[in-house]
Amino acid sequence: MTMTKPDYVYVTYIATTPEKVWQAVTDPEVTRTYWIGRADAPARVNVSDWKVGSRWEHQRDDETHIVDIAGTVLESTPPRRLVMTWARPNEFDDETTHSRVTFEIEPQGDGVIRLTVTHDDLAKDPKMLASVSGGWPRVLSNLKSLLEMGHALQPPRSAP
Amino acid sequence: MDIDKVFKALADPTRRRLLDLLYKANGQTLSSLCVNMDMTRQAVTQHLQQLEDANLVAIVWRGREKLHYINTVPIHEIHERWIGKFERSRLDTLRNLKRRLESDDDDKA
Repeated sequence: MTMTKPDYVYVTYIATTPEKVWQAVTDPEVTRTYWIGRADAPARVNVSDWKVGSRWEHQRDDETHIVDIAGTVLESTPPRRLVMTWARPNEFDDETTHSRVTFEIEPQGDGVIRLTVTHDDLAKDPKMLASVSGGWPRVLSNLKSLLEMGHALQPPRSAP
Repeated sequence: MDIDKVFKALADPTRRRLLDLLYKANGQTLSSLCVNMDMTRQAVTQHLQQLEDANLVAIVWRGREKLHYINTVPIHEIHERWIGKFERSRLDTLRNLKRRLESDDDDKA
């Protein structure tokens, strides 16, 4: 239950364990295999020590390590709940611009978990609102594919 | 998630309309959805339940308010299975063609 009204709520059911989902979100070794977009773009990884108050970064998984998104870890309860703020790196110091992302992992029985990703407080940033709306469904269906079938839907392609 | 449920849920104009309404304004209550639907509250509730069972609608409780969110993850899976991979094979074909043409140039040089 929440008192704020989320902007987006994405849900997927995955035949896996909460621990594996947690690792897939927080461990770059796993994240780089499914957090992928266009075939010619680098994968993305989430880098942090995942302690409350720590900074986390959404980095390009290539030699540039460009940070596209940064934020602060607000809640970290492995393997159930991870809450973090979400901002452009150049706006990291201005918390009023940050939106908030929550990962919630709930066992459903029979070896299935329900993963809910909630994105709040985006309304003040319409450009970010538009850019993340298409991104989460792709990330979540790739994650489901990785954990259930052993590979993401769009395997990263080597450069031609 | 049972993909049959997703297709069944989408195979109905009323339910597609509900998803369109949520796309326009996400996180609506039953009452606000009913304003734009020409049918009883009970009928809308049943359609929403089917969308929820198919994981096309996700629910968030805010106090006693039940908010409905469009969840496009199952639709993305359908897109990937029947559209995305065909686009990719076309892109692969183009890339192979480019490679072949460029290596022909190399032969002539």
